[in-house]
Amino acid sequence: MTFDIAQFNADFMAFLPEVVLACGAMVLLLVGVTAGDRRSALLTWGCVIVLAVVAALVATSSEGRVLAFGGTTIIDPFARFAKLLVLGGSAIALLMSIDYLRDEKLTRFEYPLLVTLATLGMMMMISANDLIVLYIGLELQSLSLYVLASFARDNARSTEAGLKYVVLGALSSGMLLYGASLIYGFTGTTSFEGIAQVIGQGGVGTGLMIGLVFVMAGLAFKVSAVPFHMWTPDVYEGSPTPVTAFFAAAPKIAAMALFLRVVFGPFAEAGAQWHQIVIFLSIASMLLGALAAIGQTNIKRLMAYSSIGHMGYALIGFAAGSQAGVQGVLIYLVIYMVMTIGTFLCILIMRRDGKAVEDISELAGLSERDPTTAYLLAILMFSLIGIPPLAGFWGKWFVFLAAIEAKLYVLAVIGFVTSVIGAYYYLRVIKIMFFDKPAAAFEKPLGSVNAAMLAASSAFVMFFVVAPAPLIDAASAAAKSLFP
Amino acid sequence: MTGLLSAITFFPLIGVILVLLFAREGKAGDQLARQVSLYVTIVTFGLSLWAWIDFDATKSGFQFVENFAWLGGTIRYHVGVDGISLPFIILTAFLMPLCILASWTSIEMRVKEYMIAFLVLETLMIGVFAALDIVLFYLFFEGGLIPMFLIIGIWGGARRVYASFKFFLYTLLGSVLMLVAVMAMYVTAGTTDIPALMAYHFPKDMQNLLFLAFLASFAVKLPMWPVHTWLPDAHVEAPTAGSVILAGILLKMGGYGFLRFSLPMFPDASLYFAPMMFALSVIAIVYTSLVALMQEDIKKLIAYSSVAHMGFVTMGLFALNRQGVDGAVVQMISHGFVSAALFLCVGVIYDRMHTREIKAYGGLVNRMPLYAAVFMVFTMANVGLPGTSGFVGEFLALVGAFKANTTVALLATTGVILSACYALWLYWRVVFGELEKKTLVNIQDMNLRETVVMVPLVAATLFFGFYPKPIFDMTGAAVVATLENIDGKLKTAEAVAP
Repeated sequence: MTFDIAQFNADFMAFLPEVVLACGAMVLLLVGVTAGDRRSALLTWGCVIVLAVVAALVATSSEGRVLAFGGTTIIDPFARFAKLLVLGGSAIALLMSIDYLRDEKLTRFEYPLLVTLATLGMMMMISANDLIVLYIGLELQSLSLYVLASFARDNARSTEAGLKYVVLGALSSGMLLYGASLIYGFTGTTSFEGIAQVIGQGGVGTGLMIGLVFVMAGLAFKVSAVPFHMWTPDVYEGSPTPVTAFFAAAPKIAAMALFLRVVFGPFAEAGAQWHQIVIFLSIASMLLGALAAIGQTNIKRLMAYSSIGHMGYALIGFAAGSQAGVQGVLIYLVIYMVMTIGTFLCILIMRRDGKAVEDISELAGLSERDPTTAYLLAILMFSLIGIPPLAGFWGKWFVFLAAIEAKLYVLAVIGFVTSVIGAYYYLRVIKIMFFDKPAAAFEKPLGSVNAAMLAASSAFVMFFVVAPAPLIDAASAAAKSLFP
Repeated sequence: MTGLLSAITFFPLIGVILVLLFAREGKAGDQLARQVSLYVTIVTFGLSLWAWIDFDATKSGFQFVENFAWLGGTIRYHVGVDGISLPFIILTAFLMPLCILASWTSIEMRVKEYMIAFLVLETLMIGVFAALDIVLFYLFFEGGLIPMFLIIGIWGGARRVYASFKFFLYTLLGSVLMLVAVMAMYVTAGTTDIPALMAYHFPKDMQNLLFLAFLASFAVKLPMWPVHTWLPDAHVEAPTAGSVILAGILLKMGGYGFLRFSLPMFPDASLYFAPMMFALSVIAIVYTSLVALMQEDIKKLIAYSSVAHMGFVTMGLFALNRQGVDGAVVQMISHGFVSAALFLCVGVIYDRMHTREIKAYGGLVNRMPLYAAVFMVFTMANVGLPGTSGFVGEFLALVGAFKANTTVALLATTGVILSACYALWLYWRVVFGELEKKTLVNIQDMNLRETVVMVPLVAATLFFGFYPKPIFDMTGAAVVATLENIDGKLKTAEAVAP
């Protein structure tokens, strides 16, 4: 094979956002090494700017579907949508971290760089069109996340979280890799198009089936769907709060996008096989998310179970297996991301005597001490329940509508019933803030950047209903590209 | 005039913005919040009266229609009123200023938030009756949970947490089942437009399921026996104005839902389930009346009487004839005045004595003659004495039921007697007799503000009792059209399931 410079140029241009992100991260790494930890806030802003530039590149890149590097990567509207989402989530998580890391004396220049590199991994995952690229992206992301989870290295819970995450993550990566090798063995190719072709001709044999199940198990681990959710509560609880927010926002979205890509790409013809798996994952996640959260007293653990439940709802749209379903999942992910980030911004305010406190009861009477934050958090909680006209309701509306269209009535009814059960624990947070006697005041209000982001996320949740069309149209275009 | 309906719906939100912008911390800010809310709700009521004047009662279709693209697909911002929904909008706008006035001094804590919650609630309640898209309807219907949850939970009584959770979760569970049905209807009929759905004839099996799903929601909201248990708790714990809104408007959403959705959209199922609905109505009327007899808490007694009165509504509606449906509508409107007024009456003495126990009172007529007179009017209206609005609704609902099923009407009539028992007994125990309790010696009669709140309600109750024609003029054409639509569908074959 000769080197075709024109082809290389085209590939390079298609992959430009990732290249810029990688180079940006490395340049900032050099800056960080020379400047040291004192400049880490500046470095964080640098990373945010790089992410913003990359987002601008993604947004302005040419429309349509582009295959690059011999078909191993794909850039289509679906990838663009997911990448913008991930970049946004990462940038916001970075901004959230500045005050927290300073207060916790964790200012190290590695932090923003690890987030940026994880984002690079996520972008590769989203664009993967080949099992090998998939794995490289996934690992680049995961390895950065393992370090981030144990970033507070002098804190026993944080190191424990990191260790648990590494061990379980390695197990899931192993399963995924094992499944990928089986798929390669039975189809003779790692390319998604090649696999789709083989399945289209010969159907899904037992070996391929086992491969698919292993890959799905690995991916379900990354989106923390039950029964592969075990790591989530511990990691959420142990990690520093901005890291938890980052976990909830960006990697979940990337993993869900990858999940959709793998299942609707190469395995589109194997619907009968994966369909039941997704329905099971969805029901199990919704039930566990709703029931296990009831007894939680730690707000980060509560949010972990909440995220498990919400992934279950997103999987409903997935289970519908239709374009409308994928559109629903994408809308759900956007709305969920905004709601979680808003909630974690409110959690950041929970500091007393120079330490972060995480017990839900610490919020008691917040509505009297800090009514603005209390009302915004209450709005976010009502939105997480899914009460109209708040955004959370519309997220549910689209996935459930897709399920009803696909005649998955039982799944939809279970989903709705679990959302009523789940309402209880969100209401409990509101109850503690509004109906209980006030506890002592928190140390200080949110910093201006965080306050602005909290206001923005609450405004999105409240006013989404006024102009929902842009998001719906964008998600629709993105979903369409997954069904050529 | 186009835009009037949206103006009525969203005008209270202007009050919210004003309160947020201008009401500062402290007493002066609280007073400003009260005044702004009062003026805004009065203007809203004025706008709703304007709609009444402009409304052409001879037409059966929807008027003041506004229709804009909203959520994509067929889900549109579509609002309009007919003779069935307009009275409820006027009722809502009518009760709201009274609620604000009634809370003038009794709410001292977090006044601004309280006023904002009520203004938001008003927008959502008017929206429920104005919506002509079922998704829009659902949005307003369920959105009301948020302010109501906070109103009960923050400004409620001792067991407010339990009551607010029960209210929220009960209602939510019913609503989500309705949401499944809404989605199934959208997928089957391809539209969420209410007029289009009213014209669509669903397959019979599907109708039964859809009917039950809607029933789950409306039965909780109305409430019907046996899912009424949230109501006494919510009423008892809610602040006075919260009880007024609950009894006056929120319960009516259930009855309105039956009339707007269940009957015209699922006529075959309505006919099929009518015996069940009759049975539940009769149980509600007789059983909850008996339960009301035994209550020791005044608010609880009135709450149970509400459930009984709502039994007349469902009975009248499912009689599926002109008298029954007319009776149900009048009963709902009349109950909007009467139960609201009764809760306000309880509020008057609660503000003075801080107890709702019947035993704590007695002989109030000696110190509060004006109050005794007002309370008398509403007690009689609650009993359904001729000359009060309560009589018109109950009588027509019974006539309608008599034509459909004599036994049901016979059993329900005992409810009228029972209502006389509990209401008059309550009145006797609280108002009549010697003033023996020492705590009551210094009790004051109603002040000017309380009288101003009561006067419109007394006037409305008596006026519509003697002369209910304005209500029938307004609702007549729409009720006839609804019934004709149902008859037409019952005679023709349903659409084939796609």
